[in-house]
Amino acid sequence: MGNEEAVFFSRILTELTLSFHILYATIGVGVPLMIMIAQWVGIKKNDEHYILLARRWARGFVITVAVGVVTGTAIGLQLSLLWPNFMELAGNVIALPLFMETFAFFFEAIFLGIYLYTWDRFENQKKHLLILIPVAIGASFSAVFITIVNSFMNAPQGFDLVNGELININPLLAMFNPAMPTKVAHVVATAYMTSAFVLASIAAYRLLKGSNHIYHKKALFLTLKLGLIFSIATAIIGDFSGKYLAEYQPEKLAAAEWHFETEENASLVMYGVLDDGEVKYAIKIPYALSVLAHGNPFAEVQGLDQFPEDEVPPLYIHYLFDLMVTIGISLTGLSALYVLATWRRWSFVQTKWFRWILVAGGPLALLAIEAGWWFAEVGRQPWVLRGIMRTEDAATTSGQVDLMLALFAGLYLILGIGSIVVLRRMFKKNPVEQEIEDRRKEQDGDIT
Amino acid sequence: MTLTLEIIGISVLWMFLFGYVIVASIDFGAGFFNAYNTLTRREHILTNIIERYLSPVWEVTNVFLVFFFVGVIGFFPKTAFYYGTTLLVPASIAIVLLAIRGSYYAFAMYGSYGHKGYTFMYGISGLFIPASLSVVLTISEGGFISMVNGNPVLDYFGLFTSPLTWSIVVLSITALLYISAVFLTWYANKAGDSSATDLLRKYALIWSLPTMITAGGIIFELRSHNPEHYARILDLWWVFGLSFLLFVGTVWLIWKRKNYGLAFGLLTGQFALAFFGYGVSHYPYLLYPYLTIYDSFTNEAMAIALIVAFIAGLGLLLPSLYLLLRLFLFNKDYVRGNKDYHA
Repeated sequence: MGNEEAVFFSRILTELTLSFHILYATIGVGVPLMIMIAQWVGIKKNDEHYILLARRWARGFVITVAVGVVTGTAIGLQLSLLWPNFMELAGNVIALPLFMETFAFFFEAIFLGIYLYTWDRFENQKKHLLILIPVAIGASFSAVFITIVNSFMNAPQGFDLVNGELININPLLAMFNPAMPTKVAHVVATAYMTSAFVLASIAAYRLLKGSNHIYHKKALFLTLKLGLIFSIATAIIGDFSGKYLAEYQPEKLAAAEWHFETEENASLVMYGVLDDGEVKYAIKIPYALSVLAHGNPFAEVQGLDQFPEDEVPPLYIHYLFDLMVTIGISLTGLSALYVLATWRRWSFVQTKWFRWILVAGGPLALLAIEAGWWFAEVGRQPWVLRGIMRTEDAATTSGQVDLMLALFAGLYLILGIGSIVVLRRMFKKNPVEQEIEDRRKEQDGDIT
Repeated sequence: MTLTLEIIGISVLWMFLFGYVIVASIDFGAGFFNAYNTLTRREHILTNIIERYLSPVWEVTNVFLVFFFVGVIGFFPKTAFYYGTTLLVPASIAIVLLAIRGSYYAFAMYGSYGHKGYTFMYGISGLFIPASLSVVLTISEGGFISMVNGNPVLDYFGLFTSPLTWSIVVLSITALLYISAVFLTWYANKAGDSSATDLLRKYALIWSLPTMITAGGIIFELRSHNPEHYARILDLWWVFGLSFLLFVGTVWLIWKRKNYGLAFGLLTGQFALAFFGYGVSHYPYLLYPYLTIYDSFTNEAMAIALIVAFIAGLGLLLPSLYLLLRLFLFNKDYVRGNKDYHA
């Protein structure tokens, strides 16, 4: 296998691993917070339903976290196996957050073990809730630290490269790079948002499938309220991300927006197709790109004409960007509508067709996560470390990457199918009505 | 050898690798004994004990390994270039096995998705994982990596036909079965389960001698494979001698059915001495003869940052680990299965 092939297969394998891992990782970051909120509401309102909600979510969460952990181990090792040259350089400058991530993960793992095995062990529910706090913190901080590494790849700083030698290394400066605030905030907020919509999707599905229990209605209302809050947060952070890109990675913004010529009063191109370098069927919103980039409708936005051709990311990232934003905005609208309608007691939110839309919310949110990461990664090309190292120079020289690709594809297939089968079976075998009944009997008979 | 940043870095990492060796051995061995007993229709004796031990800690085991390899890249970034390039196949196989094992454990425990084939796979994979991981130790002895056009290339044929490779593989398996059996004997005894204790005690005795023989065999093979390393091992003869005495102590206690807790303590000491003796004699090489801890070391700023992060992290972890052990491992009610609070 020539090196070109090794680069190609390394890219495919990394993309595959990340695309698979990110689904479980996103749920892994967001769901502990959802469990915490549900349990807290349950204690506050003294409502058994919310406590049960937390308990059932926790049970499902273990399955997703297991796959998240093992695929996280895979991507952690694959970084060194597939991109040894990059990791050699990155190890010198950005190893600190990687190292801290393992601590966050360690912390989470220990307390998750404790949390799962101490249901009803404490007289006071609040003590049990306390154990969940380190789980949620550990999960969120894992995301924070890993995203810091990714932001470093987009806006490397904290070192000087003189004649191929790294000098003046400052690990903290490398961590707190310009990309870090918006990227970290965006990743964490969208993880919460996505988890809320995934859980809402499950509740809506149960309601559609004949279970009209108040438990599911409470779950749906709670998760969509949370979904609304975090999608608004995401939208605000998205605006800041636009400004970050305009300042530090203008070529990424320009490629995503198909902004070819540098100009003032730039309009935002939405949708459309690219035909021989010409944008067709697009919706152009006047001044919107200038606003997104600089907060000023008349500001000048750099176009792709400012960059050498071999440093421009592939233009198809425009579709990924549009997909992500469209789903994000639709979900914001959807959850706002649901929350408003529930307060106003509008009955259409109880209809079948509306619930089917809510069911679609979860998968759509996950799709937006995928589109967002593809956009983030492809939009950084041709660089693995922007301005410093090209992706093609970072890859392994090993000849067996294609075989490993097949091996891991098989693994993800097994894990994906396995986790879905187990989750379905877990909740089918023990529907909530039965569990509520069992718990009632248990308390009446005081059997422990 | 003075206490430089390099030494601190490698010591920290070696400590975590040792932690992984012990906890993972217990885990892998438990899986194997469970599978073996299922096959011989005696699963009722062990399953309960093993599940009670493994359930709350399975995720923690994995973190030790992640910690080690992330730390290696942090402290010694050049290892990414040498080991990253050459380990693609063995490390990928280990990841795949770890992934299937870890996730299907959760599937079976929490999703009651178990059947015999799975138990069997689970037991076998526990032997293949250390086998594939231990290849790294063999490679580090040198002689299997050559530089072609400035890039390291692994000689698979040489690796798989070397007696050293297979001795290390066999040692990793016998040692893990021995460590696991000794620990579980203690655990079963604490749980007051005498039939399980007897069975595990028997396993501990069975696997004790093969462990010692293969360990001795490896030292012997190093004499021809890597004379420099062999000479340094001989310089440290007293460390290995002490380790052997602890081994004798463990076996004696188990044989006499006395104080299983102390026996496990001695065993930990035995492996710690051997593990660190091996590590020190390997010094300063990470990969003979290309890579030492000095020429692969990171810059000073990063090293200090990592050590500070490590100390801070440890301050957080040790109390948490203590809590975990107190609630499960050292909690009588839990160990004996009187109480079950699973979500």
